[in-house]
Amino acid sequence: MAGSTLEIKDLHVEIEGEEILKGVNLTINGGEFHAVMGPNGTGKSTLASAIMGHPKYEVTKGQVLLDGEDVLEMEVDERAQAGLFLAMQYPSEISGVTNSDFLRSSINAQREEGDEIPLMQFIKEMDATMDSLEIDKNMAQRYLNEGFSGGEKKRNEILQLMMLKPAIGVLDEIDSGLDIDALKVVSQGINQMRDDKFGCLIITHYQRLLDYITPDHVHVMMQGRVVKSGGPELAHRLEAEGYDWIKEELGIDDETVGQKA
Amino acid sequence: MAVETHLPYDKQYVTEYSEKRNEPAWFKDIRLKAFDLAEELPMPKLEKTRIRNWNFTNFKHDVAGNHIESFDELPEKIRVLLGEGVEDRNLIVVRNSDVAYAKLSENLKGKGVIFEDIFTAMEEHSDLVQKYFMQDGVSVDENKLTARHAALLNSGVFLYVPKNVVVDEPIQVVFWQEDNEAALYNHVLLVADQHSQVTYVENYVSNNEEEETVANTVSEVFALDGAKVSYGAVDNFAKGTTSYVNRRGTVGRDATLEWALGQMNDGNTISENITNLMGDNSLSHAKAVTVGRGNQSQDFTANIRHYGKASEGYILQHGVMKDRAASIFNGIGKVENGAAQSNAEQESRVLMLSDGARGDANPILLIDEDDVTAGHAASVGRVDPLQLFYLMSRGISRKEAERLVIHGFLDPVVREIPIETVQTQLREVIEGKVY
Ligand SMILES: Nc1ncnc2c1ncn2[C@@H]1O[C@H](COP(=O)(O)OP(=O)(O)OP(=O)(O)O)[C@@H](O)[C@H]1O
Ligand SMILES: [Mg+2]
Repeated sequence: MAGSTLEIKDLHVEIEGEEILKGVNLTINGGEFHAVMGPNGTGKSTLASAIMGHPKYEVTKGQVLLDGEDVLEMEVDERAQAGLFLAMQYPSEISGVTNSDFLRSSINAQREEGDEIPLMQFIKEMDATMDSLEIDKNMAQRYLNEGFSGGEKKRNEILQLMMLKPAIGVLDEIDSGLDIDALKVVSQGINQMRDDKFGCLIITHYQRLLDYITPDHVHVMMQGRVVKSGGPELAHRLEAEGYDWIKEELGIDDETVGQKA
Repeated sequence: MAVETHLPYDKQYVTEYSEKRNEPAWFKDIRLKAFDLAEELPMPKLEKTRIRNWNFTNFKHDVAGNHIESFDELPEKIRVLLGEGVEDRNLIVVRNSDVAYAKLSENLKGKGVIFEDIFTAMEEHSDLVQKYFMQDGVSVDENKLTARHAALLNSGVFLYVPKNVVVDEPIQVVFWQEDNEAALYNHVLLVADQHSQVTYVENYVSNNEEEETVANTVSEVFALDGAKVSYGAVDNFAKGTTSYVNRRGTVGRDATLEWALGQMNDGNTISENITNLMGDNSLSHAKAVTVGRGNQSQDFTANIRHYGKASEGYILQHGVMKDRAASIFNGIGKVENGAAQSNAEQESRVLMLSDGARGDANPILLIDEDDVTAGHAASVGRVDPLQLFYLMSRGISRKEAERLVIHGFLDPVVREIPIETVQTQLREVIEGKVY
């Protein structure tokens, strides 16, 4: 079997009583890389968060299925154990918990009791992965994300992605805050994950990232929906021309979620 | 519920108890005066904790405890706290009101170190004990509970370190309330003479989940000029014990007193830790961590008073409240007129894990001197649901995520604790209270 399949069907999501997602449809198969683009405030992070089960977002309609299993019925940790991973746009800082203890707990959470990862093996893998992402070794013993720079946080998300090896990764603006060199390093990391099994949904504003990680599909979100899908060439056109032509094409005035289509 | 407020023991009982113990006249005298004072004096005044319905009178006072022949006779809970290599330790185990085990190395004895249960010390070093016992540290007449303490004292240790003697190994005491109704009226008297150094670690352990009893413990610590004392404690009374814990330090010139307190009782608790920085250049750190759970209510005071010039006092307390536990954290820094160039700092942080938990931090700075540095930080907050979301999004269960957050919240204090034994014990006890 070529990996897992994540299906998002007519997904409606509210936050504090306000509807943000208004019927999103998207299918990600194992081995595929999808890019989701769109102007600010159009629901991209909401989609990512709702998939993972963020406590503030309430799904009012629609389905999210992972290999046919109802993801929305699962607790957040169960979603992760089922194979989902979300690299967050704004990762939390957790004082007193070292990065390395956290990573080890995460890895062990996906394994059976009694089958915990041996400490030496864990350290070796972590060291190697940190090297490949050019992360300073000190970061392992620092408290989770506490005082990390924007770019360090993003690299740390990818470190987790690479060590946890999920079936489907959702990466929310993993490129924001990265300098050009870091962007290259992080992209290499993500590309390393690429095989015929791993599926990935990459939320980004910039073609820059997609120069390194060529997506198989590109989607544009506006007003809490996917309004246009295409191949890599769609991202190139957005880079060159912006979003106005899509809005014109679809007769959209205000692309944010507050507006009725 | 009407709560009995009178003691089940009368003056005649106190007289007989003292005579049975063969106590010196001066101490019997203190007991009897204290008994009368206890009748008159009010309970300790707590601004924000209601103690009216707490049990302070239902307990058994005089319960014997057998010697132990081997450490295997100790319950698991205590063996875990003691860890490996107990045989070589300088250690006293108090079982109910008797000494079950006592050891002090010949080396330390030879240097003049005294480490005995308090009744033996009153016999063998009466003058020395009398000089310090409830004189300049805690007074008998502070409140009803300090008076009851003196009247009903039924356990304790005396530790004396002579001038210039440096004790390298920690000195340890375990107070084990084996009998579920036995009260502990316990006195720790620690005198570190000039330029001596010592580390002392104590544990209180009981198992009374259902039965009610009382613990009334007073510690008086004297770090004379140039002395260095580290005082570690992990309190671990079970749910049925109402505790009054009074720990008082007196710090001389160029002397240091480090408190490392694990306030891990499961029952209602009043815990007061006051340090008087008497000498110039004296220094104290008061570090404390707490995990509250169940329905318990607790009131903690950490108070450092600066009298000496260039004295430094640092209070650092972190508490986690679970279930419907409630806690008040008072932090008081007081700089007296004349204590120029002193530094009074404090930080109190409380994390509440459930909707029913309550926590409150009251930072107070009282400053009667112009030339000082002082600062405080306090925070009380609920666990951030986004933190839990983040941890869980990596497959970590809610319980485990909470465990990580609790350890994380307390770790900045735990990792600062200078006594390794206490660090290890704390991590152990915290782990036990997290689930
Ligand atoms: N707590 C909230 N209360 C009300 N509205 C909210 C709340 N959180 C988010 N929103 C709104 O939901 C809409 C979608 O937000 P979302 O974060 O999904 O956008 P985005 O497409 O990820 O934007 P960006 O590109 O800026 O990251 C925005 O209009 C935002 O203001
Ligand atoms: Mg976003």
